[in-house]
Amino acid sequence: MAEYLIKNGFVFDPVLGIRGDATDIAIKDGKIVEADAVKNPKVVDATGKTVMAGGVDIHAHVAGPKVNMGRNFRPEDKLFGYKPGHGIERMQGGFSVPTTIRTGYTYAHMGYTTVMEAAMPPLYARHTHEEMRDTPILDQGAYPVFGNNWFVLEYLKNHEIENTAAYIAWLLRATKGYAVKVVNPGGTEAWAWGLNCENIHDPVPYFDITPAEIVKGLIEANEYLGLPHSMHVHTNNLGNPGNYTTTLDTFKLSEGLKPNSRFGRDQVMHHTHVQFHSYGGDSWANVDSRAKEIMDYVNSHDNITIDMGQVTLDETTTMTADGPFEHHLTELNHLKWANADVELETGSGVVPYIYSPNIKVCGIQWAIGLELALLAKDPMRVFLTTDHPNAGPFFRYPRIMKWLMSTEARKQQFDALKYRDKVIDATNLAGIDRELDLYEIAQMTRAGPAKALGLSHMYGGLAPGLEADVAVFDFNPNKPYAPDDIEKAFSNARCLFKSGVQIINDGEIVSNGNKRTLWVNAHVNENPQVMRDVKEKFLRYYTVTLNNYEVTGHYLQNPYVIEVDATQ
Amino acid sequence: METVTLTIKNQPELYLEADTISPDTFAGKKTEEIVDLPVYIGKEPHRLGDFFEVAGRTGATPAETKIVVNGDLSRVKYIGMKMTDGEVVVNGDADMYVGAWMQGGKITVNGNVDAFAGTGMKGGEIVIKGNAGNYLGAAYRGDWRGMQGGKITVMGNAGSDIGTFMNGGEIVVGGDVDVHVATHAEGGRIVVKGNAKSRLGGQMVEGEIYVFGSIDRMMPGFAYREDVDLEVDGTKGRFALYEGDLGERHRKRKGQTIYGKLYQQIQA
Repeated sequence: MAEYLIKNGFVFDPVLGIRGDATDIAIKDGKIVEADAVKNPKVVDATGKTVMAGGVDIHAHVAGPKVNMGRNFRPEDKLFGYKPGHGIERMQGGFSVPTTIRTGYTYAHMGYTTVMEAAMPPLYARHTHEEMRDTPILDQGAYPVFGNNWFVLEYLKNHEIENTAAYIAWLLRATKGYAVKVVNPGGTEAWAWGLNCENIHDPVPYFDITPAEIVKGLIEANEYLGLPHSMHVHTNNLGNPGNYTTTLDTFKLSEGLKPNSRFGRDQVMHHTHVQFHSYGGDSWANVDSRAKEIMDYVNSHDNITIDMGQVTLDETTTMTADGPFEHHLTELNHLKWANADVELETGSGVVPYIYSPNIKVCGIQWAIGLELALLAKDPMRVFLTTDHPNAGPFFRYPRIMKWLMSTEARKQQFDALKYRDKVIDATNLAGIDRELDLYEIAQMTRAGPAKALGLSHMYGGLAPGLEADVAVFDFNPNKPYAPDDIEKAFSNARCLFKSGVQIINDGEIVSNGNKRTLWVNAHVNENPQVMRDVKEKFLRYYTVTLNNYEVTGHYLQNPYVIEVDATQ
Repeated sequence: METVTLTIKNQPELYLEADTISPDTFAGKKTEEIVDLPVYIGKEPHRLGDFFEVAGRTGATPAETKIVVNGDLSRVKYIGMKMTDGEVVVNGDADMYVGAWMQGGKITVNGNVDAFAGTGMKGGEIVIKGNAGNYLGAAYRGDWRGMQGGKITVMGNAGSDIGTFMNGGEIVVGGDVDVHVATHAEGGRIVVKGNAKSRLGGQMVEGEIYVFGSIDRMMPGFAYREDVDLEVDGTKGRFALYEGDLGERHRKRKGQTIYGKLYQQIQA
């Protein structure tokens, strides 16, 4: 493979602790190496530019059946947005739910190289992997959903951690999944009966278990296995005024639990899109920000990580395995609704949504997301996301960076809100003058998520030995700039390397890369009971046989297996 | 106002996507530049001049520009798409999406148009001397934002699904219409001077439908309220007022529930 030397750029790298010093970064055999280890490299002159590791997205909905449902039922999302193929670039389409091709290219243009699909219904793992396979450039993994799965509910109601762990290990292998995801624990199962679980102690109908027991049990099973990532939860009561107490109650389930993982993470719970879970008040008329209460808790408990779920004030498509929430949303905005039930495993819904700057609540949501990041004491534990496409499309990340880095940019957006003063009254943002620097942005978008995923041995930094995922942005932090310069620069990487392959040169895609799919192979002691339960449930309830369930062969083109030994 | 005349000289083998035929694109351009404007057949790019003779001159602004298109345009789509001002006259039949997402100005078609004329229209005027196809003044596939404003007049008949998701503006059809009128509408006004078939106002939240002739079958979600005397588009008469769709959600104003209104003229 070609050797490269990225010379003299302003490097921001939390792994090496470099805060904008001009540094040379060398690439050899797909890895970062010491600058003197390359003999005859191609030189990329990064003078006056910013250099960072490839971005790592810990939570986005970019592949799978509900993403495709969004594509199918929103032809208007594709209207006028097509870009014809050009050179090696393939045709692209779609806005809030882009085609797989556009997804790969757009992340690359933002300097991102690793993106995790946040909710994979196990029964449709094959479809999810097909879409990931067709997403160029990016390394990806997918989190199968466990929080409404009948096996899990039945094992955990008797607190059978070993059986739950054996089932998780089996399902990760069958679906080639990466982590344990939980969406509205118990609530989506209840939705199959037209019900919901509104707080963590609201029992799941017919299962004699509470969401709290599901979450806590899955943390314990996750640590029993020692998986790379922690249990990754979207708790109950999403999107409702007053829901911050449910969120704090969920956080507290992690108390006293310590990580057991050789992958270097410190958390036992990742809570996603916390913006949607930080509302005070008791109606949409008096909803307000409780980001302060939420961040007080997060800042003082280092076994938790979160991501933002930042509202970007766009027209977008909401999609979640939280089936009852999507029904609630369509009743609110009267736009079209799609709903799916996935047998013994999960459900989902899809509804278009317009986060309008002319609506007070949307302004409040916009402010809350930014508050979470700006109130964070440790940027290694609070990550930049939009819960793409739920709070906004992922290609707005550079705009969010702009808001985080500039009080002027925030003021401009406040001034563009129709109910500016009411939004200011209901939130804390106007009183926060913190401006993040690029080092903190690199923590929130690179080193932090890589560490939380248990992937700091591969991604998130520029230390020798890590994957050569490197982005160069046309941004000089030492010269005066306007807020919009940030957004422009970080939307258009001048240069991008993925595992040592040059993907972008001078802003143009020059390679479709060599994407890999990460999955976790957890080895456990033989567990005849779980294997008998699996066979029985497939025989009795599933519409497919086990032979048509597992992800193998052509569904998984370029796998990268992470082995975990949990045999004892 | 300056006039540019386009005359079709080569028929496209398939269908030509010619959204560049609009005063907004033409304004301020020389004939050579207009000839070079892009048009598509499927994914293949072509030049407007490959299919049309171009003569005359444009005005400096869309408002000062009139485009006359001559010949058989039954394979030409998107004429006048998104135009904001000026005038387009089509002397012949046109294919789909005439005046789609139009915001202002005027389009006159001296012939028939195919489906989706005036899709998502926001303002301006479309006059069709012949018949219109399906989805007149409707929303794009999947969209919930149909015709928002402006006026469409059809001298002949119109097809099915006119005014789907209509939120404003007016459609007047001189002749008959096919099934599905103002489905999902939340505003606007549709006048049918001839006869209608069935499924008028299905899932209609708000808006008005007037039918001068017969209706084959009423939706079960519409209830008769009263007879009223009205003058509609210059015609005075007595109309039976129905309200619906009773199965759909409705807003309240000043304590009153606002329904979709369907008026059918009572024949003496």
